Amino acid sequence: MYPIVLLSVLGIVTLFIGFSKSKNILLPAVLLFLAVALAGNFFEWNKGPLLYFYDMFRVDNLTLAFNGIVLISAFMIVAISGGFQDNAEAEPAEYYSLMLFSLVGAIMMVGFEHLIMLFIGVEILSVAMYVLTGSNKRNLRSNEAALKYFLMGAFATGIMLFGMTLLYGATGSFNLSAIQAYVSTTQQAVPSYLLYAGLLLLMIGMLFKVSAAPFHFWTPDVYEGAPTIFTTFMSTIVKTAGFAALYRLLSHSFTGIYDFWWLVVAIIAILTLMVGNIGATTQNSFKRMMAYSGISHAGYLLIALTALSKPTQNAIVFYSLAYSLSTIAAFGILMLVSKQRSFEGQPDERYDAFNGLAKENPFLAFVLTVAMLSLAGIPLTAGFWGKFMVFSSAAERGIIWIPAIAVLMSTVGIYYYFRVIIASYLKEGDIAKIRVAPFYQFVLVLATLLTILFGLAPGLLEGLF
Amino acid sequence: MLTLLLILLPLVAGVITLLVGANLAKQVALVGALAELGLAIFVWSQFDPAAGVQFGFKYNWLASAGISFAAGIDGISLVLVLLTAFLTPLIILSTFSHTYKNSAAFYSLILFMSAALVGVFMATDAFVFYLFFEAALIPVYFLAAVWGGENRLKVTLKFFIYTMFGSLFMLVALIYLYYQTPGTHTSEITAFYNLQLSAKSQGFVFWAFFVAFAIKMPLFPFHTWQPDTYTESPTPATMLLSGIMLKMGVYGLIRLLLPIVPLGLESWGMLAVILSVIGIIYGSIIAIQQHDMKRLIAYSSFAHVGLMAAGVFAASPNGLQGAIIQMLAHGINVVGLFFVIDIILSRTKTRSLDQLGGITQVAPQLSVYFLIILLGSVALPLTNGFVGEFLLLSSVFAFNSWLGAIAGLTIILGSVYMLRLFQMSMFGPRSKWVEGFQDLTFNEKAVLLPLVIMVLWIGIYPNTFLSISEPAVNQLLQLVAK
Repeated sequence: MYPIVLLSVLGIVTLFIGFSKSKNILLPAVLLFLAVALAGNFFEWNKGPLLYFYDMFRVDNLTLAFNGIVLISAFMIVAISGGFQDNAEAEPAEYYSLMLFSLVGAIMMVGFEHLIMLFIGVEILSVAMYVLTGSNKRNLRSNEAALKYFLMGAFATGIMLFGMTLLYGATGSFNLSAIQAYVSTTQQAVPSYLLYAGLLLLMIGMLFKVSAAPFHFWTPDVYEGAPTIFTTFMSTIVKTAGFAALYRLLSHSFTGIYDFWWLVVAIIAILTLMVGNIGATTQNSFKRMMAYSGISHAGYLLIALTALSKPTQNAIVFYSLAYSLSTIAAFGILMLVSKQRSFEGQPDERYDAFNGLAKENPFLAFVLTVAMLSLAGIPLTAGFWGKFMVFSSAAERGIIWIPAIAVLMSTVGIYYYFRVIIASYLKEGDIAKIRVAPFYQFVLVLATLLTILFGLAPGLLEGLF
Repeated sequence: MLTLLLILLPLVAGVITLLVGANLAKQVALVGALAELGLAIFVWSQFDPAAGVQFGFKYNWLASAGISFAAGIDGISLVLVLLTAFLTPLIILSTFSHTYKNSAAFYSLILFMSAALVGVFMATDAFVFYLFFEAALIPVYFLAAVWGGENRLKVTLKFFIYTMFGSLFMLVALIYLYYQTPGTHTSEITAFYNLQLSAKSQGFVFWAFFVAFAIKMPLFPFHTWQPDTYTESPTPATMLLSGIMLKMGVYGLIRLLLPIVPLGLESWGMLAVILSVIGIIYGSIIAIQQHDMKRLIAYSSFAHVGLMAAGVFAASPNGLQGAIIQMLAHGINVVGLFFVIDIILSRTKTRSLDQLGGITQVAPQLSVYFLIILLGSVALPLTNGFVGEFLLLSSVFAFNSWLGAIAGLTIILGSVYMLRLFQMSMFGPRSKWVEGFQDLTFNEKAVLLPLVIMVLWIGIYPNTFLSISEPAVNQLLQLVAK
């Protein structure tokens, strides 16, 4: 609960710092705010479960763990944003405060106990993201992306809200526990189709946010059009929060009708995996590939959700963390490299932009390689254990055909992730030595070290929540 | 503790190699590899064949899930650990006349690779096995992709995706088996041995394992990555791939497939043996037609591994013992052959048999070493190839006499392509490419001599090595018969 209050207040403070003449204190201030929020978050560790705001918000260790991932990701993303100093038209204070506000939305999604809280969280998160997507005002693609994201997002939220009203109609409550009670008693005796319809519509809204197929069509364009730093934000924080919300919704309230929804989620998971992985193979732009890769990772997380067995909770937390770390590292390198060359008047974001990276910048190439290996799920990286836990949760439920298909798809994944490694190590290119700011370097080192650490000792996080 | 040391030593040596930089990299790497060999021999001296799994090491990895980092050595493991420890310093030494760009990375990758290989052979936990099985792929991928020939990018990516594809199926099978274990699940391989699975699910697991290991070895029809990868890789990587990494597949068959799914073997073993025998004949016939020496050896390796697999699938004591001694022999021979080809290539700048000829006249020493290793590969009595091939063929023959007879053609076909290789390169009129050919240097002799000694040692007194693995093999076969 503390981070919600802290971030709301500090977001406004950030706006005011923007009025001051000294732009240089902005970045350290925001980092400090995030660190404070992170500390505040873990202040409630092991004290839960607690309920706040008239039982609308729930704090337990799982909430705090997801919040931790969201806040650490945000910290790293802000650190590599570098205060937007290389862009004269940027409004750093506004961007940062929007980021802080959207974090409030994300945290509400993570800990909601009441459907209205979920709705508010999704809206706070999304509205801030619509603005940030279009923040590159003079760039047509950025404008297009913002409009597309907003229109599609608005529809999705509408559908989600419709689903909530149907659920309310069926159960008479927005409260998760009340819905759970209804599902496990009345629903078993007299099945209400209103409830089924409501659940499906609500899930469609949420699946849109995490870009699961067939609700993914906005993703590549929006990811590509948005400034890379906000793409990173979208692909890590929005996804983590979305999955935390889906997990809470399904595991808390709807286990009673598991037989009804599991196949729906399973089919969507398979579809998402196929669209994501096969779509990624045909891309020439690294950023678009990462968008499709984001879709495919949503597919893996959906497998864990489908199974909803004992390892699922661990799997989702671990996978989100591993995915976020690697994605931040990958986009971090892209931001450095794309500035070196331009392609069709834009920063070069194709695979070719990485050609010959390893020659003058072995450190950056190594960070990128670890990130790609982790995303591809190669052993001794965090990504491998993420996939392992996901497959385990399906196997625990006794569903083997889903991991079998997922395995095929992750072989496809190796193809496009390795294209990046091949470009940076094995292709000829002339990238001069890139100077990396200390903060930036810190984030890259941290992401890489954590990826390897969790790859070697995946047990570090278990049993905590 | 010794097992952990065997894995850590090459890792640490690899890191040190990386740190000392290009000037000293070779020497440091060689010292590291020799230290590993010394350690392996020490382990051998402490080893008691009758005592089962020894030098066990266990560290709780994912405690709540019952997954631990567990390793230990039994007779089968020890033979392969010895092979790895023996070949790695020779492979490093064989590169001394070359200068590779970025050599610190090159040598450290070789050492990382050998750490992963040793790990595979000693793992007693299924997931640790899987982890090392995959981890071995990464160094060799980079070795081949960075230092390889012209088409390396395409070829190595195909190799990587192909092998990864297979092993992911193994991962699914392992996770499935893990959830079949009683109580709070465990992933110890011995726990998998005691599962009572239905014949149907054993069939699925059988194929998941089969695909993983068949791609790695490779068996027909999963071999299409192999000739290109062997040809395009730099020679040390080819040696690692064919000399040691291929054995991971055979080892996997022995360690996982046979004892875990005996019923699967019962229903599908025939098909597996038939595929292996097809591979033997198919590989040999293609090898006869090759003009590129490296490709010829690649196909011969494909044929040899087919015979090993056939012996393993026949699941008799002779078959397993034959496969194990043949793994040892094949590793030694193929490394020797690739090294000789590398020597010829570096002096004449060609690998084509059409352009070579008459090397015996200029390099008598080379031709003697070459001949001995080559005869080992042809399986002449009193050389190392004979023991394994004899045991393997007798087991395939006992399994099915028709298949045994067909597999027996390997002896004829093998001598055809090998002697053709020797005749076209060494005898005949001296070709213009061979002018100024220098005989062996001291370094080269230092590589070839140990190999030749091993060829003769195993050929004359195979019992040194057969006795190491015999109790372990018998124990394993009891599980299959169960």
